[in-house]
Amino acid sequence: MSKEIGDDDIVEASNPPLKKWTSYIVDSLVVRDIKELGSGLLALIVALLVMAVMISAAKINPLEAYLALVKGSLGSLNGISETLVRATPLIFIGLGIAIAFRGGMWNIGGDGQLYLGALGATIVGVYLPPMPPVIHITIELLSGFIFGALWAAIPAYLKMRRGTNEIVVTIMLNYIAEFLISYLVAGPMKDNTRLIPVPESRQIAASAVLPIFIPHTQIHAGFLIAIAAAFVVWLIIERTVLGYEIKAGGENAEAARYGGINVLRMGFVAMVISGGLAGIAGMSEVAGVHYYLMDGITPGYGFLAIAVALFAGLNPLGVVLSALFFGALMVGAESMQSAVGVPVATIYLLEGLVIIFVLARRVLSRHRRSG
Amino acid sequence: MPFEKILTVAFISGMLGAGMRLAMPILYGALGEIFTERSGILNIGVEGMMLVGAFFGFLGSYISHSQWVGLLFAVIAAGLLSLLHAYLSISLGADQVISGIAINLLALGLVTFLNRAIFGLLLLPPNAAAFQPITIPVLGNIPILGAFLFSQHALVYIGLILVPLLYIILFKTTFGLRVSSVGEDPRGAEAVGINVGRLRYICVLIGGMFAGIGGVTLSLANLNFFKETIVSGRGYIAVAVVMFGRWNPVSVLGAALVFGIVDAFQLYIQSLGFEAIPSQLLLSLPYIATILFLTLRVGGSSPSALSVPYSKES
Repeated sequence: MSKEIGDDDIVEASNPPLKKWTSYIVDSLVVRDIKELGSGLLALIVALLVMAVMISAAKINPLEAYLALVKGSLGSLNGISETLVRATPLIFIGLGIAIAFRGGMWNIGGDGQLYLGALGATIVGVYLPPMPPVIHITIELLSGFIFGALWAAIPAYLKMRRGTNEIVVTIMLNYIAEFLISYLVAGPMKDNTRLIPVPESRQIAASAVLPIFIPHTQIHAGFLIAIAAAFVVWLIIERTVLGYEIKAGGENAEAARYGGINVLRMGFVAMVISGGLAGIAGMSEVAGVHYYLMDGITPGYGFLAIAVALFAGLNPLGVVLSALFFGALMVGAESMQSAVGVPVATIYLLEGLVIIFVLARRVLSRHRRSG
Repeated sequence: MPFEKILTVAFISGMLGAGMRLAMPILYGALGEIFTERSGILNIGVEGMMLVGAFFGFLGSYISHSQWVGLLFAVIAAGLLSLLHAYLSISLGADQVISGIAINLLALGLVTFLNRAIFGLLLLPPNAAAFQPITIPVLGNIPILGAFLFSQHALVYIGLILVPLLYIILFKTTFGLRVSSVGEDPRGAEAVGINVGRLRYICVLIGGMFAGIGGVTLSLANLNFFKETIVSGRGYIAVAVVMFGRWNPVSVLGAALVFGIVDAFQLYIQSLGFEAIPSQLLLSLPYIATILFLTLRVGGSSPSALSVPYSKES
């Protein structure tokens, strides 16, 4: 990016504009996001239409399929519960992706960082002596964050020191993480006390379990932590110098450097925070959903979360809504599969289409404004 | 470790022969990506385009009982998908990384849907005509070298012939020099009368079509079946190989061969059944190697205008 650097850029880079915090909420939620949300919804409608054509081509009634999708995700307490459970990891990883992308770092490694976070949480949950739940869960959370952050530190460090492309490295680390976990749960961490040992770790201690906070559902405290995380990330991005520097480096590295910001270091920091958040997603899956570590603990949450973050216009608060929506889509897709036989993976198609139409609309509206 | 099992002519020639075959999908993906990136467009959608190529190639061969028709299907399907990337990144000036990610998601969804819709109902695994090994007389009997170079399927020979051919096209023809000029300095290229947009479209299309051949190499030559995880990262490795091979077909062949042989090595070691080495470690070797090679890469800089959207007006 070699934009011309004007005086305005330099002034702005050295003096972070201080506005009332309420105006940030107004800016981020109302003015910007109605436009973003509008383009997102339109994109979704077009994507649903395209998919309907494909579904009809396979001789399945698309209305019936979509009805099953809505009913399955929102039509029952069970469906809503499942939607919130699926949304939880998507929120964590989506937040991380929002930070990384805003800092100009392409973190495509959400799945690998989730795996590592799950590992960090399992180690704390299984091998630490009994202790009060509050302490145990706190350590577990930190451990998940640190493991995910360290996994992300590999591409972040290589990028900072050697300029190595982080896209390829994060993707490679996804595969490596998957094999690592597969090895651990089949070998050193395998639960051999069971009658028929399967490749799974031992269960975490009761004090390390995230409690279910709405009775008769599966909705666990991880969801609340995710909401809290969204506010924290929003605060970091919009209200702190760190967030300002991360954004400045991502938006216009040249100008940021002029303003005295260490762009390379900010990229590193953004990536590490991003990995830590994905690590918490892994912790939340272990401590709130499965209670042990296993193969395939992420059905591609990392990639889905990219769609989540982009759909939200990389806005942390928008990520929550967007994750709920995509969570519903995942759950609904499963009902759609059992009701009319449209495979679950078809939602990848929908997500790909949504990203493409969001991209296209955003770019087109930018052209219209400037032209 | 029983080294005597490894240091045999049969083991080494088998492994090198397999290494050559395993290098080919990556080589094809990377050869196309050289054109795409040299023209200034980053395409990480190679992964998805290879997947589409693998599926449509298999489908084409299944319908027509000819692997060559399958190849044609793959090239057309992956080429069409690449035009979507071209439209988003060239005509709309959208972010190329995001467009690539979208294409990969789209390809995975599309292929899964079609695979289940078309092949999901069959009771027996579908059969498709595949590329068979062709042993070149005399040369094929040379120990080790014969298995490596002269006893392979047609797509290996074609790939090897393409490398010098593409080298000449890129560095010795007007077309190749124009591609580079568009990737280095689009404004300057425009000023001397090159249609930047059109040339980039052509290069992205070339990249997509090559990725399609890479996919077919997986589903109709190295293997003879299709599954949704058949590419599993080879498209991304191809992107890495292009960086590592510094946008030069000859070095890219070398890099692809290294990956092919690493992959073959881990498969062969697994087949010997060493208990001491976890299979998961062996399986992750190609991915670890990718990171190491990218890190150790020295010198060579990417095309200056790579992944920067270009518009005449601004």
